[in-house]
Formats: sequence, C-alpha cells, structure tokens
Amino acid sequence: MNAYIGTSTSRIDGRAKVTGAAKYAGEFNIDGLVYGAVVESTIAKGRIKHIDASEALRVRGVLDVLTHQNRPRMADASAAYKDDVAPEEGSPFRPLYDDKIMFSFQPIALVLAEEWETARFAASLVRVEYETAAFTTDLQAQRNSAFVVEKPESHRGNADKAFAAAAVRHEAEYFIPIEHHNAMEPFAATAIWDGGGKLTIYNKTQGVQNVQRYLCSVFNMKPDDLRVRSPFTGGAFGSGLRPQYETVLAVLGAVKLRRPVRLALTRRQVYTVGYRPATIEHVAIGAKPDGTLDAIVHEAIAVTSQHEDFSRNDTAWSGQLYKSPTARYEHRLARVDLPTPCDMRAPGAATGVYALECAMDELAVALKLDPVDLRLRCYSDRDQHTNRPYTSKQLRECYRQGAQAFGWSKRRAAPRSMRDGTELVGWGMASGVWEALQMETAARITLTANGHAEVASAVSDIGTGTYTIMAQVAADLLGLPLDNVTIKLGDSTLPLGQVEGGSWTAASVSHAIAKTAGEIRKELLRLAQAVPDSPLANATVDGVALVDGRIVHKRAPDRAVSIADAMRQGKVDRIEREGTVQFEDDDSHARNTHSAIFAEVKIDEELGVIRVTRVVNAVAAGRILNTKTASSQIMGGVVWGIGMALHEETLLDHRFGRFMNPNIAEYHMPVNADVYDIKVIFVDEPDTRINPMGIKGVGEIGIVGTAAAIANAIYHATGKRVRDLPITLDKLR
Amino acid sequence: MINFQYARAADVADAVRQIAADPKAKFIAGGTNLIDLMKEEVERPSRLIDISRLPLDNVEETSGGGVRIGALVPNSDLAHHPLIAQRYPILASAILAGASAQLRNMASTGGNLLQRTRCYYFYDIATPCNKREPGTGCSAVNGVNRMHAILGTSETCIATHPSDMCVALAALEAKVLVAGPGGQRTIAFADFHRLPGDTPHRDTNLEANEIVTAIELPARGFAKNYTYLKIRDRLSYAFALVSVAAALELDGQAIKEARLALGGVAHKPWRDVNAEASLRGQAANRDSFARAAEALLHGAKGYAHNTFKIDLARRAIVRALAQASQGTPQSQSSKKIR
Repeated sequence: MNAYIGTSTSRIDGRAKVTGAAKYAGEFNIDGLVYGAVVESTIAKGRIKHIDASEALRVRGVLDVLTHQNRPRMADASAAYKDDVAPEEGSPFRPLYDDKIMFSFQPIALVLAEEWETARFAASLVRVEYETAAFTTDLQAQRNSAFVVEKPESHRGNADKAFAAAAVRHEAEYFIPIEHHNAMEPFAATAIWDGGGKLTIYNKTQGVQNVQRYLCSVFNMKPDDLRVRSPFTGGAFGSGLRPQYETVLAVLGAVKLRRPVRLALTRRQVYTVGYRPATIEHVAIGAKPDGTLDAIVHEAIAVTSQHEDFSRNDTAWSGQLYKSPTARYEHRLARVDLPTPCDMRAPGAATGVYALECAMDELAVALKLDPVDLRLRCYSDRDQHTNRPYTSKQLRECYRQGAQAFGWSKRRAAPRSMRDGTELVGWGMASGVWEALQMETAARITLTANGHAEVASAVSDIGTGTYTIMAQVAADLLGLPLDNVTIKLGDSTLPLGQVEGGSWTAASVSHAIAKTAGEIRKELLRLAQAVPDSPLANATVDGVALVDGRIVHKRAPDRAVSIADAMRQGKVDRIEREGTVQFEDDDSHARNTHSAIFAEVKIDEELGVIRVTRVVNAVAAGRILNTKTASSQIMGGVVWGIGMALHEETLLDHRFGRFMNPNIAEYHMPVNADVYDIKVIFVDEPDTRINPMGIKGVGEIGIVGTAAAIANAIYHATGKRVRDLPITLDKLR
Repeated sequence: MINFQYARAADVADAVRQIAADPKAKFIAGGTNLIDLMKEEVERPSRLIDISRLPLDNVEETSGGGVRIGALVPNSDLAHHPLIAQRYPILASAILAGASAQLRNMASTGGNLLQRTRCYYFYDIATPCNKREPGTGCSAVNGVNRMHAILGTSETCIATHPSDMCVALAALEAKVLVAGPGGQRTIAFADFHRLPGDTPHRDTNLEANEIVTAIELPARGFAKNYTYLKIRDRLSYAFALVSVAAALELDGQAIKEARLALGGVAHKPWRDVNAEASLRGQAANRDSFARAAEALLHGAKGYAHNTFKIDLARRAIVRALAQASQGTPQSQSSKKIR
C-alpha cells in the first residue's frame, strides 16, 4: 500500500524546473504587457511634499506614473488591508496610499511603460521633495521603551527568586541582527485581464487564497473576478506569507491602464518587504550541581515597525523544553522606523532557541557537565509549561543517534583541547524544537477510467516538495503509479489551502488527500459491488484498499475488481470528489518536532578563519513522507544555521535609516565553499495521536538550534564565547 | 539605469577617438562591475563604447623574457593560461581567489584594474560620497566601515580597491600599457592606482581619454616561493578583509628578494619598499616576517569597525610569508589555511 510514502522519491517537478518549463510569476507573457518600475523613498520618515513626474512622463514609451495623488481607488480603511497573516495590532502598510513616509526604500511611485528598461530609466527621472521627520532604526536606542506583547497567563513559580538562590547560575545577553530571506526568486506580480472584467494575477506568494482575499478587499472586487496563481515559487521562507506591495502596485497599474501589467522587484526592493527582526535575548538559568534546573528566565526584545506589532514569541520555548520547577518568560517589542518584520524560517525559534541553547552550553561549562548529559538531566517527557504529555517526543533518541553518528563520545571537554595541525577543533551541540501544526485544508480528486488522477488544492509549493508528497500520498491511497497522478496547486480557484508556513502543509494536505481518496474508494467499491458476481459483494469500504489499479479486499487480496471494470460497469468515465479535513482541537497533548544538532568547527588559530566541517542533525518529526525532499529541507535548514551563525547580517546606518548591504554580494550567506559535510538522520517517531498518518512537517526544524551548535563548537574550539551573531573572525580576538 | 547609446570600437585608435569625443562615455568589456553600477545609477554613461571585440586577447612572451597580457583576456583564461599558471602562479592564484567562476569568465584583465570600490555608500546614491559626488562628504568615516581602509586613507575617503588580481600584479611589478590620443605610454603598476587624498573620485592615473591595452609582466615570476592568502567573511565569493601577496627568492634559508602587497586595506594594492627591503638578506623566519609586517603596516589607522584589520593583516603577512618560504602556497580550492 505504501509504494511511495516514506521513500526517496525525486521531485516530480524537477525536470520542469531545471529545463525552465516551470514558469514563475514574472515569466507569464502576454501581448501588450506593460512593465512597472518602483520609485523608492530615500528618507526614512516624513512626508512627500511634492512629486514631479513630468520628466519621466516625457520619456517615449512611458504610459503613466502612479503616485498617492493619482492612483486608482483603493480601500481607505486600514482593516481592509489585513491579510490572514497580518499582526493583530496595528495598521498594515498601504502602498501609494498617502504622502506619509514610514521607512526608507518605501515605494512612492510606480512608473508604467511599454518596456522594462524604459520604466526603470523613467523611474530615475522622478523628482521628489520631502519633509523629513526625526526617526530611529536602532534597537539598542529603543530597548528601554520596549513593551511586552507575549507572556504566559501565569508564570511558573518564582523564577527570579529561584534563580537568585540557585547553586550554579548562568546569565547572559545574546543578540541576533536583522536578517533577510534572500530567496532566489525576487517578488513579482503579473496582472492579466481575462475579459469580462476578470483579473488573473500571477504572483510570487506562499498563499494564493490569502492574496486573493486581500486584493478583493483592497480593490473591492468580487471573489469570482480575481484569481491569483502561483504555480511555482522560487523560495520564500516566510517572506511570501503576506501579500507584498508588488501585487498591489501591479493591480493598480492594470486597473489604471486597463492593460496587463508586470512588476518585478529589484533585489534591493525585496529587502523592504520583510525581515527577521533584530532581537536581544536575555537568558538566566539556575541549576543544582547535579544539573537539574531550578529556574529559567528568558526575556526577548525584538524590533517591529511603528505601524504594526509583529511578534513571534522567542521565549516560550524556554518555558516548554526543559524540566524546571520555575520559569518566567516574556517577549517584548521595540519600535523602529523600518518596514514591519515578517516570518522567516522558524520565526521565534531560530532566534529564541539559539539563545536558550547557547545558555545551556554555558551552564554545562559552569556545571562541568557534558552538554548532552546536562540536557538529559533536565529532559522532560511533558511540555513543561502546560504540563501536558507530547503526542510523541523522541528527542532522547535524537541525542543518542546524533551523538553516535557524530562520534561525540570522543570529545574532550576542555576548550582548546582538540586540534588538527594549525586549526583548533571544536565540537558543539544543541537541541532544536518546533511546532507540529496542521490546518484545515481541502483537496479535490478527479479519477478517470484510464487510471489517471488529478489532485487539486490551493496550497503552495515554495520549493519544499509539496507537489511530490501530494503525488506520493495520492498514488499510494489510490493505488496508482506516481506517473498517473497530476497535481494542481497554487491557484486561488482550487479547494481551500492555507498559506504555506509553519511546516503545516505536509500534514494538512496529506490528510485532505487521504480523506478525499477515501470518498473515491467508497464510490469505487459501490461500483465494484454492482459488477455481476462481484468478489467484493460483502466488503466494507474500510475492508478494501486501492492497489495497482484495483479495488482489493484487504484480507483476501485475490478478491478484487479493477478500477477500469468498476467504472465501465457503472458507466462513469470519471469520479470527482472534494473533501475538507479539519483537525480536532485536542488540547490534551503538546505537538512538537525535535532535533539534536552536532557541529564540528575548525578554526585557524592564528587567523581565526572558521570552517564548519561537519554537522549531524538528528530529527524526530513523525512520519517522513519523502526521505529525499525531507532530507533536503533539513540540509537547507542547516545551511541557514551556518549562515545565521557565521555570516548573515543586514547592516543599517542609523544616521540614514537605510539598509547598507541590500544585495547578495554584500549580504553574506553561505556559499558552497562554506558547506562541508551535513548528515541528516530521521529518528523513528511513530505518532498515531497527532493525526492518522503521523505527519509533523520538516520545513523549519532544520535551522532551529543549528546556529547554537556552531556557536557552542566555536567556544569549545577557542575558549571564546561570542554572543552576538554573526560570529565573524574579528570577534574571536 | 539611464538610457545610453551604444557603439562598437573598430580598433584601439577608434576606441580612443570615441572616448575623447565624449567625456561621459565609458568603455565596456566584460561589464561585470559597470553594469551593476549603472543599475544602481552610480555610473550614468551617455554612451558605452564596446571594446570587447578588439584583438587584445593574447597572452604572449616578450623579448625581454616577460609576458604581455592583452587587456581583454578574460580573468579565467588568464588564470589557467600555461604561461601564467607555470611562471606566475601567484597571479593565477590571486585571480582564482576573487569573485565567482561566472564573473571570472566575463571579467577582463583591463577591467579588473578599473573596478570600483565596494564601499556601501558609494553604491547608495541616497547617501553622501566624495568618490561618487565630490564635495558631498564621506559617509563611511563615521559610518559602517568594517570593510574599509586602514592605510593611505584621507578625511575625504576610506574606500578600498576590491581587486585580488591587482594585489598580485603589484607584487610582480607589472606595467600597464595604455593608449591615448598622443600615442602609447607605460605606467608602473605602483603608479597606476591612486590614494584618495582630496581627489577620491579619481581611482587611477589613467586619463579619461586613454585605454588600457595590455599588462606586461617582467621575467621574474617567483614561481617557487609565493602565496596569495585572502582572509574574508565567508570562504568564497567575498571581498577581502585583508589579502596578502607574498613572493620570495630564497638562497637556502636566506631571503634574496621579497615582494609583499596587501589587498583590502587601502585605496590601492598596498606595497612599501621598506618592508621588502627589511626582508632582503634576512633568514626566512617568523622574526623577519614580523618585522616586515610592522614595516608594511606602518601608519595603519583603524576606524570604528575596522581596527581589527591591523592585527589581522599583521598575522596574515607573517602567515603568508611562511607559506611562501616553505613553498606551500595557499590553495584556492581547499579553504583550509596552510
């Protein structure tokens, strides 16, 4: 029955991607296409006194220049701009809405022209006069005015008192700078009129239905008149969860000119659509000499914009993960004059768990305990904050298998005690934790008599492999070869799909397919039972399975009817069913994925050059649908962790309030040379409680803890603890 | 990007004629830096004169025992040319330490000399920059300056020259052959790039109506004892925090001749004849290397974020000289420091 689920299946869209047949949002062409170019604010705060577009308008081929003064009508109410992922508090940014400047690089005009080059040239000719206002972009300057946004309803015991009284204490502040996603595909939207006043928008997004609802709200359009498609997405990592300004501007242009319009953002402009907030993390852990914990305190301060309260609680992980009788944690925000931050791979955990796991490493040093041993001494089989058991938690096994694969037992405890020639060798480890979420999702399956199935859902594949796992699940549950399954996704007209985030898509869409496949099976059985002398006459729907194009009695596999015969008998050439899966809101158990990461660094002692030579990431994430794409997800997360630890930092000049390195030459991410050996282990974690198929999702867990494992390895190699990321070689001095 | 005219040069004389006729024109060869700068509106040429088809793509031996490199030889071809790989491996190594394979395939030899600084403010036209707009001020002096210069700076500019190749060319004492309306002339490599002084908008001593036609390498190639050691923020595709081209001629353990040039620390590849003189006749050991480092870094001055470069350069110089003296040059494919 499981010919594909759990196997190493190559991406079914791989060929289309490498041959260029897969089209992205900025690649849909149509006659008469108009090209847009954005003019950005050069000041960080204030208002537009005057925009002079006359010179731009004189350029041959320029059709219009849209500003807040002459744009088509958009909704006025701030609430109309709230998308599914918008922060609860605050007013979303409204592009070209009024004369107010809220951040540098803010879009303030859209040039529309017959050619892209013309639009870009004309954009350089738009003259803007500003009235400037005082601003700040410095988290350190704003930290004292930070306000609490997330904290538990009640603290567990008196953590501050317990910490003060603890025999062994560690307390420190950690820092993560602003980071950007830098997905390969920049944001783009192509808006095309379909006739009859209907508009289709090809958009780079993680949620077509979210964008569709948002645009209908902003432009007061009927849902049937506006379709959003995103068949392929060249990475997004959270930056595409919310509708971004390019889609609004493309529609504005299309409405104004009544022509198709494309707007593709430049790399620099992509830096303004969201980022991981710079965050200060304060962690205090008190312990007994035996390594059991007395107290955990975790406070975080992250930046947000002046106009929205974006927050992802960095600190709750510290209240959940380790056994401690007391815990206090709270997440605060500090306002700066920048765009609103947004989700970025494992938001809240990549940063918060980095701080927690570095702090645990420092505590292990203070206790003279092996870092794995410390974590085992405060291991908890229950969610410590809510005091609930987990649906499954094989973290202990992650430690064991990860340590074994890495060779952790050969580690010498003392810093600077391991060497390889001129290089200091460091071994560090960390735990990772993420949520196992699932969301209401629908799927439609159309089975035709030739044994082909089309499976459709409005979910997205942002490069994670959703197309492939959907096909695997459908093929297995319908008993068809993988090649006989076609997947449709990324289209707002398809059955309900949520934004692709939080690692919830695999579990959600798989169960939507399973439920719908069950309906198909039920109908097939009904048809099969109508066959004269049907061998399945007395079978129940749960008593049969679809295998190799046949409806088969599970306990007596020789009793079977082929799908083709059943459909011929029933005189149907297709069966179409749509099912929606909802997940029971079961509060009795905590749902999480876990991991243990082991990292080796080699650091040139004289020069400080750091190489991350080995990483083992042992992951417990329920049932793995596709070992190849899941492994790639974890590897990608580890590469992100390497970047977070060593390279990534969006530089700001607070005098100008501007990002100084908004391009992929000067914003450093790991390149091939920075990535050596990464080994991914999936620990067996059967889980029938979380959902029937036991799926948890793997999109984010790979990054969580990785930066901490590397930072801890750097300490072990050098004896120098660097607490502000990224750890560049100058900080080792 | 602004609109511009495009014209091809028929030959070198035509190229010179065309550039002399239009002070706002620019030559384009590989375009690996110019196009980026045009997109950012840092460069706004009225006309691009395409020289990429001129017959300046030979690498040939000169009568004096050296090698002449046409200005249009792609960086990749140059690094892998047998004459260079065998006789001037320090140049090959420096080229391979820079950029990415794709960029090296496009970038030309002459263009590499003329690439412009990667200073963040130079690239951001919304900020003041003396190099981009003389007289507006230097934003880097009191700004984000971790990548910036520690040697030869002025109050008006602390930008660095980003090339790796040029650091090796400086160490090799190459000559730059240029053609202009008055004919040809030769510029010693040390005189080609300028310090910022109060004219930071001028990167080189090439006149606006001149074109680089070739680079000439002298016979001495230091093929036995050399290294190019580049220290950067990631292990490939990043500009140097500090790089060192070190070349020695040894007689046993004694140093007969030494060349030492730094990248990533100044407005030009940084050499000091005193530092090299301090090595001549000395034993090749850490003491003499350290003295040379002190001499080369004489007068180094850090700013808010880049003071670490002084100590890093000192260590890198010592390490590079050790690599060169031991005949174990830094590999550009293995990233482990030898």
